[in-house]
Formats: sequence, C-alpha cells, structure tokens
Amino acid sequence: MLDDITKVAPSAAERIKIQTKMPTIKGVEGFSEANCMTHEKVKLEVSDLNLFYGKDRALNNVSLQIPEKKVTAFIGPSGCGKSTLLRCFNRMNDLVDNCRVEGQVMLDGHDIYDRTVDVAELRRQVGMVFQKPNPFPKSIYENVAYGLRLQGVKSKRKLDTAVEQSLRGAALWDEVKDRLHDNAFGLSGGQQQRLVIARAIAIEPEVILLDEPASALDPISTLKIEELIYELKNQYTIVIVTHNMQQAARVSDYTAFMYMGDLIELGDTDTLFTNPSKKQTEDYITGRYG
Amino acid sequence: MAMDITSHKHHISQRFNIELDSIKTHLAEMGGMAERQVNDAIRAMIDADSAMAEQVVRADRKINAMEVAIDEECVRILAKRQPAAGDLRLVIAVTKAITDLERIGDEAAKVARQAMALSRDGQAKRGYVEVRHIGEHVARMLHDALDAFARLDMDVALRVVQTDQTVDLEYGTAMREMITYMMEDPRSITRTLNIMWSLRALERIGDHARNIAQYVVYLVKGEDVRHDSAEEIEEYIQQED
Repeated sequence: MLDDITKVAPSAAERIKIQTKMPTIKGVEGFSEANCMTHEKVKLEVSDLNLFYGKDRALNNVSLQIPEKKVTAFIGPSGCGKSTLLRCFNRMNDLVDNCRVEGQVMLDGHDIYDRTVDVAELRRQVGMVFQKPNPFPKSIYENVAYGLRLQGVKSKRKLDTAVEQSLRGAALWDEVKDRLHDNAFGLSGGQQQRLVIARAIAIEPEVILLDEPASALDPISTLKIEELIYELKNQYTIVIVTHNMQQAARVSDYTAFMYMGDLIELGDTDTLFTNPSKKQTEDYITGRYG
Repeated sequence: MAMDITSHKHHISQRFNIELDSIKTHLAEMGGMAERQVNDAIRAMIDADSAMAEQVVRADRKINAMEVAIDEECVRILAKRQPAAGDLRLVIAVTKAITDLERIGDEAAKVARQAMALSRDGQAKRGYVEVRHIGEHVARMLHDALDAFARLDMDVALRVVQTDQTVDLEYGTAMREMITYMMEDPRSITRTLNIMWSLRALERIGDHARNIAQYVVYLVKGEDVRHDSAEEIEEYIQQED
C-alpha cells in the first residue's frame, strides 16, 4: 500500500523540480510571453490572433501555445470565444460567412492559414468532435471506416484492423464487437459520442479538438469520455472546450481561461484551480462571475 | 490570486456564501473557547485554584465536539460545492486549524491537571514566574493567530511565527532553571516535574498557534510555509502577487 503511494506521488524534491519547470505567469502583463511552456514540445502556436464576425471582434490578440500530447482545456463563460478559438485550429471558421482571421496559427511550425495549405489534409491532421454525437446514418463499422475509405483504403483486412483498433482506442470495442453492422443510431448517446471519437482517431490525426464532448451525456458516460481523453493523450494532442470547470480540472494538464474574446490566464491546471494569478479567473472558477 | 476578507461573500450561490461564512464563524467560536481554556488553565495553576482547573478539564470535551462538527461542515462543503482556489484554501485551512485548536485544548487540559496536582500538595510557588511568563506569551500568540485568521492579516501572522522563536528560547532557559531547582533540593523533584510538564504543554500551545498563523499565509497567498523559517515567510509576504 505504502509502496503504491510512494510510487505515484513525486518526492518533495521532484515536486520542486516540476514547479520550477512550470511557466511563471505571476505579474506578467500581455500574455504572449506568459503563455509559453518552454519545457513542453509545442504542437500548436497561436500568435496575435484576431477574429471578426463581420464587424464584431470575437478574439482579441490571442497568443498561446498548446503543448504536444497533453490535454489543454479552454474554459470561460458563454460567448467568450473559446469555441471560436478551437475552430481556428482546423479552419472550421472558413465555413462561416464574413468571418475574418488575422494573425498566425502554427501547427508544427507551419502556418495553417497559409494559402498553400490543403484544408482537407489539415482537417485530417486536426480532427474534431462536437457537442452532440453526429454519427452517419450507417453501420457502426462503416462510420469508423468512412474516413479511410475516403482516403482510398480498400483492403478489407486493413479496414477491419483499423476499425477494431479505433474502437478499442475509443473504449467502445467490447460493447459493440458483436453488432458492428448494426445501425449506429441504435447506440446510446455516450456510445455514439465514443463512436464519433473512434471515427476521428481512425484516420490517425495528430490533434483532436473536442468541443463540449460530454455536455449532452449522463454522468457515467461523461466519466467514460474523460477516462478516454486521459488515455488518448498518450498518442494525440488534445484541446477541449468545456463549460464544466470540474471536468477541465479533472482531465486537463493545462487550462486556459477566456473572457470576452481575451485570453485571461493560461497555466498548469493544478495551479490554476488552487491558486490562479488573475482575479477574473478566481471569480469565474469559484462561481462569483455574475 | 491573494484573498481579501470579504471574498467568500460574493458567490452567485447565496447558500455557498452562508456555508463558508458559517465555518469561519464556527472556527472563531472554537478559537475563542480554546483561548479561554488556555487562560483559565494558567490562572488555575498560578492561583492554585483546583475548582477552576477541574472546570478546564471538563470543558475540553466541548472543544473536541466542536472539532468534529466543523470537520463535518467542511467535508460537506467539499462534497457538495467542489470549492476551488481561495474557497478551497479556506476550507482546507479551517480543517487544519481546528486540528491545532483541538490539540491546544488538550494541552490546556494537561496544564489544568498539573495545576490540580500542585494545588493538592500546596508548597512554595517556585517556577510559577516561568509559567506565567511563557503562558502570557503563548496566550497572546493564540489570540493573534486567530485574529490573523479572521482578518487575513499576514503581518500579524508573521509576528506569531516570530514570537514562537522567542518562546522556544525561553522554554529552553526555563528548563535549565527547573533542573537547577531539582538539583538544589531533590525533595522538590515531583513538584518541579509537574511544572516542567506544564511548561512543555504551554510551549506546544505556542507551536500550534504558530501552525495556525502559517495557514493564514497559505490561505491568503497559496504558499505552504509550514517548514519555512520566519525570514522566508517574511519574504513570501512581501512578494507582490
């Protein structure tokens, strides 16, 4: 028993090392420097991002870095721009009329808003899961195999392997392995959401964007999704938008708090939820925001 | 983000405000009770008042009961409200502070028991000067620590930590004095030992008061300073947020 504890808990010296590795945000104005995580490999880097819907400005000079193979959560009140920011990462905002983006979003050092970027390829690299499960009106198997078929994979054996791996990856395999050819709509909401995640990981993306992935689910399904997120970060960089602050606290390594289109604070989740450095963050996470 | 004194009153949920207010009030009540116990125990010893000493021993049960009750309140808040940031630190600091207050109650009862033993054999009042002196110090420390907690006053908290160092030194001096008494007159050994146990208990009360003062720094600044020196704590306090 004691052995287990000592294995899991870092020693005091290690803890101090971890702490000193963490980004220091205290007292820094203008967040471009503050939001660097020098010790992590950066997957996505946003610099001076502004986004306009017509004349309305939805994001104000947002700069931040998303570390590789970690979970970064965006929290903030409705309309603060967190979903908008998330959608910038795979250019979903291109689909919105009169939406204009200024600034840079770099994926592995390449600007994804560059004119030469193939948006379809970008969205293969950066997958997305939405609030409501949206399986296709096809069988479970076909849902997962869909992206691969689009890519031209025809081999039955390859598809079978990929479908099984993806369903296992999404912690759904055991529940559906005997009815792979049933219609996906026959699954429960939580299962459908995991199916959608399986569909997203089947095409082997590098980044997975999750927009409120559990807000339409019951508590147990929510926990399954959260557990899944924890598993997935071994292989993928995960960015999640959530209204549920406790969920952000549970699943993420880093948390960003946004308010009215501004990035207020980004820090490691443990610090942000016990001792945030900005009053606005504290007010929001403790339920004082009116 | 440093806490200010009214910050627990501005939640959207009024009931949450009330719950946090309640643990603060109850902590203050329990603190007041512990303070009274300490003062009464010291007085019982110096005045050789065994009736008062008995009363102190009896009243310790009330402090124990308060610890259990406040602990329950805190657990309920953790389970139902999932407090974060300053609220979380408040709940944690309160659960820690009540443990120290309960121990302070135990130590006060110990002093009271020694006072009963001493008043029974009723000899010369040697060593009472030390008891009074150290007793006054630790009673003041406890008072200040509770005050610092209630007003989130880190300067007062720091003063408590500093006073504890003085008390530790004086305790050492007093011990040497007691040893001298025992060597001078071996017949006084039993009595002097009683005084020594009391001094020991008082010194522990000082340590617990210092702990409470350190929780104030944790509460306000989020820094755990349990194992830091007074100088290091002073540095933390001076750091800007």
